[in-house]
Amino acid sequence: MENESGALSRVAGLFSARGYNIESLTVAPTDDSSLSRMTLVTSGTEDIVEQILKQLNKLVDVVKLVDLTESAHIEREMMLVKVEATGEARAEVKRLADIFRGNIIDVTDTTYTVELTGPGERLDAFLQSLSSISIHEVVRSGAMGISRGEKTLGL
Amino acid sequence: MELTGAEILVQCLKEEGVEYLFGYPGGAVLHIYDALYKQDDVKHILVRHEQAATHAADGYARSTGKPGAVLVTSGPGATNAVTGIATAYMDSVPMVVITGQVPTHLIGNDAFQECDSIGITRPIVKHNFLVKDIKDLAETMKKAFYVASSGRPGPVVVDVPKDVTGQSAKFSYPKEISMRSYNPVSKGHMGQIKKAVELILSAKQPMIYTGGGVILGEGCSQLVEFSQKLGYPVTNTLMGLGAYPATDKQFVGMLGMHGTYEANMGMHHCDVLIAIGARFDDRVTGNLEKFCPDAKIVHVDVDPASIAKTVKVDVPIVGEVVEVLDALNSQIDASESKIDNGALEKWWQQIDVWRAQDCLKFDTESDKIKPQAAIQKVYELTEGDAYVTSDVGQHQMWAAQYYKFDLPRRWINSGGLGTMGFGLPAAMGVQLAHQDKTVVCITGESSIQMCIQELATCMQYGLPIKILNLNNGFMGMVRQWQEFFYDKRYSQSVMNVMPDFVALAESYGHVGIRVEKPEDLDAALDDAFNKYKERLVFLDVITDPDENVYPMVPAGAGLNEMVLV
Repeated sequence: MENESGALSRVAGLFSARGYNIESLTVAPTDDSSLSRMTLVTSGTEDIVEQILKQLNKLVDVVKLVDLTESAHIEREMMLVKVEATGEARAEVKRLADIFRGNIIDVTDTTYTVELTGPGERLDAFLQSLSSISIHEVVRSGAMGISRGEKTLGL
Repeated sequence: MELTGAEILVQCLKEEGVEYLFGYPGGAVLHIYDALYKQDDVKHILVRHEQAATHAADGYARSTGKPGAVLVTSGPGATNAVTGIATAYMDSVPMVVITGQVPTHLIGNDAFQECDSIGITRPIVKHNFLVKDIKDLAETMKKAFYVASSGRPGPVVVDVPKDVTGQSAKFSYPKEISMRSYNPVSKGHMGQIKKAVELILSAKQPMIYTGGGVILGEGCSQLVEFSQKLGYPVTNTLMGLGAYPATDKQFVGMLGMHGTYEANMGMHHCDVLIAIGARFDDRVTGNLEKFCPDAKIVHVDVDPASIAKTVKVDVPIVGEVVEVLDALNSQIDASESKIDNGALEKWWQQIDVWRAQDCLKFDTESDKIKPQAAIQKVYELTEGDAYVTSDVGQHQMWAAQYYKFDLPRRWINSGGLGTMGFGLPAAMGVQLAHQDKTVVCITGESSIQMCIQELATCMQYGLPIKILNLNNGFMGMVRQWQEFFYDKRYSQSVMNVMPDFVALAESYGHVGIRVEKPEDLDAALDDAFNKYKERLVFLDVITDPDENVYPMVPAGAGLNEMVLV
């Protein structure tokens, strides 16, 4: 979509005005600074999703739109988790982070902050594996997506 | 040569051929008003409330097809315009609204007369722009008019901070504009058109159902050709009246909640439904589960989001109605399939049986004035050639039922948003656009009071509008629903404290006439339309307060479950 102020609120406003559900939304400028790329995760029946696509396409700021779930695609989300890291938990968190291929990016005497990137389900699984650990804070980016293969969303 | 932002704005309006700018001054737009003062090409119409500016521009746009233009100040100027912008949005009316804004350095500071006009109008515009740099002003105006009037039309707001109108820059108006993110479809898909034609020609009980889109898209002559080539029955929505001549034998009347029996029964029993420029509104379909149970549906619309929004269709065609109807017409000629004339004849016989119910008959012997009779008389007196605006409620439905529109753009009403107060200011825009034509505002005593201050505007510009105030002392449609569904508990719908409308009209300098008996109606109408031809006449017609709008599809019912009387 056009990298213009107000473009994001048009999308967000459309969803609230028509009662659609936003599960996650990420947006940032692309290599072309006049364009932003947004990945939005929503849910609904086939009819509702069709209507969402049509309504989004009507927004003047939306340049091009694709339903990534229509073909093979890659989804990635980043999560930062700040956890209690004292006693036995300190080693356990390190082990779990390694298993999930996360990185510990900040350390204090009592906490670790783990960075983990992957499909949303993997992030969910990591959080579940921390069930015996005290979690202080979780921040997730929301999913970003891109088509597999040579298919591109270009102008 | 350099121009100020204010001069650039006025220059852009000239370039777009704007004849009338409807507006009201204020602090944030003083530079623009000064620029307007120094020229004569764009005529400014000073309304008495900003809501009326948008409705007047709306009436101008609906009756001409050209975008309406509005100028209001920041804060309350913009918020007062909101109802009119939403009205235009719901009925897809092209309009450009310039709202003043506080200077850029004060935006977000809770400055005097500041409001987030872009945020407030976002859900009720086709698009809006905030112009922060004078260098973008001319191009933004070009985009605004282009977006407003192309594709599915709609209102566009351009918010202009005061400092931008005071700065100077070189002016050049772009001849053309292209926007990578906005490319409305024009031609329909040929494969779909061929499929549609085969389905249309295979019909045994067809129905053509058309909406406001045919009028907005200027496709009326193509619709007439299409319908008459096929000989199929045609029904119009409230917004679509006039797209097909109402006096033609193929026309079965309006459909929907207060549509005719023959139109609604025809819809319910049809086997092929051809929907053109219509959006299957809830007032049209009734209960969706019972809607057109046996029909295969072809749906033509310029807006893909209108297709399959509420009703699943078999052959969707996205494109401009003119393009698609032209393609359908030539494809019908080219097709080897033929209409099943035997089946069609039987279908017409069935429709004539429904027609014989005469669902719009009313008591003509009453000693009270029947609102239907008043409208019928206006129809006869104006020979069906008037521009008719209306407000919202019972009188609106009666006008739609009893004034037979043979031409498009003659029936001007707020169908989507249902805005009371629309009729009089809309009539001002219509009268300015068509100075030698008769313009009638059919209204009620409740609606008219919502924008009554515009009687002053009408006096200022000498607009000889005929106001037919069907005065039953109630918010009639509210009263009707309370009678049917709330056991006659007329909660707050009684309008028994009213001004003396005759004296009120006279106080503004107009002619006021009160009519209380059926036998006085002819003479009063004759005075209004002939004796006082050049004056605004306020006809306060005291009508039967118990009269209801029939027939009616009750909420939740199917179109075949109409209540006749």
